Amino acid sequence: MTNERPTTLLAELTHRCPLHCPYCSNPIDLLRAEREIGTEDWKRVFTQARELGVLQLGLSGGEPMIRKDLEELAAHARGLGLYSTLVTSGLGFTRKRAEALRDAGLEHVQISIQDSDPASAERIAGTSSVKQKQAAIALVRELGFAFSINVVLHRANLDRVGEIIDMAADYGADRLELANTQYYGWGLRNRAALMPRREQVVRAKEIAEERIQRYKGRMQMLFVLPDYFEDTPKACYGGWGRFYIVVSPDGKALPCHGAYVIDSLEMPSVREHSMNWIWHESPAFNAYRGEAWMKEPLRSCHDKAKTFGGCRCQAMALTGDAANLDPVCSQSPYRYLIDQALEEYAGPEKYVYREVPAAPVAAVAEPETV
Amino acid sequence: MVAISLEAVPRLWRLARIEYDPARQRPVLLYPEGAVLLNETGRAILELVDGTRSVARIAAELSERYQTDVTEDVTEYLSRLAERELIQ
Repeated sequence: MTNERPTTLLAELTHRCPLHCPYCSNPIDLLRAEREIGTEDWKRVFTQARELGVLQLGLSGGEPMIRKDLEELAAHARGLGLYSTLVTSGLGFTRKRAEALRDAGLEHVQISIQDSDPASAERIAGTSSVKQKQAAIALVRELGFAFSINVVLHRANLDRVGEIIDMAADYGADRLELANTQYYGWGLRNRAALMPRREQVVRAKEIAEERIQRYKGRMQMLFVLPDYFEDTPKACYGGWGRFYIVVSPDGKALPCHGAYVIDSLEMPSVREHSMNWIWHESPAFNAYRGEAWMKEPLRSCHDKAKTFGGCRCQAMALTGDAANLDPVCSQSPYRYLIDQALEEYAGPEKYVYREVPAAPVAAVAEPETV
Repeated sequence: MVAISLEAVPRLWRLARIEYDPARQRPVLLYPEGAVLLNETGRAILELVDGTRSVARIAAELSERYQTDVTEDVTEYLSRLAERELIQ
């Protein structure tokens, strides 16, 4: 049980996506369309989440525009009073659908940009997308949506962070989120190809700080430092099961979008349980609340009420035990794993591109005619 | 923090709106990727932030309503929101 109320629901409507970005935090085992929950399931989830206290809704994925019922879901969310953000690549954001989304009451559109350099942007996305993104951005502006751009930073684009920021300002973004890659899912698989040099990160931070002042009053900017380069862990989403709920395309509720890696926990399904039960009663959401689960050296840490020992998912993915202190922490006996990873900046540039698996090939084929 | 001037005519950030939250039984200011719960004072002030009233006028109206000079509370509250760019 908890006295906290969730504030944010991230609805991962689908894993399907026209882009193949190697830093994607979606799980390696991406779900195909037939595993996705339906329109009525999502509407029920939104209604129950609102009753629970959720204020912000992220309509995300994968690429949420692939869902044909997106307009209906956006309208339902607005009817509940939720503030919705569409998190999109911009692909599929056509005039007809953009107008329908606006009429449905969608307020905020966040479009991802891979790089300011078009050739690099196409390489990172693993497909041609720059022109379609530009068209989507023009529509977002024309139709008066609140408009954010988000950029995931890594070795291949960090040196252009100044140009990227200027480009976002030219595009007329109200907000710009610059997030250094967090290594989950595909991002972890591609870590050696994404890892920047420390000098790149330091320089990018300086440039971002200068631009934050330059664009003050015109474009809000957020520069999220990569936790690998720090020595105290981040309180992931304000702590496990405190403010944040993710629902995956197949209806699994998670306290964090990386929590699927914690295979000792059964993530509750919205098909079987109410959001109220999931938030208050489910073993998964209660697993790392409070301090009882904490081990040394976290238990004796004077910052434990602030950092909660960092990210459970990162502890699981890198140390094999989600109850361990996040290895990013300088006090973690596993910090050497992070320091080793930081040496990967010299790793190969080749990406393993994100792919949703193809439908299984039928074992029995039609007999060949000879 | 820079204090907002009494002559300023604040309005809510274009991207923010006030919604009532039945779960917390409180008004809440919503904006992209964020929310601020409003207390009684906050709501009373923000109801008057409409792009036509000056800070001085908002303070005067509320001082009259509460029968005490609240100018300092009003400017401090609005300065904090301006710092976060939630009012312009």
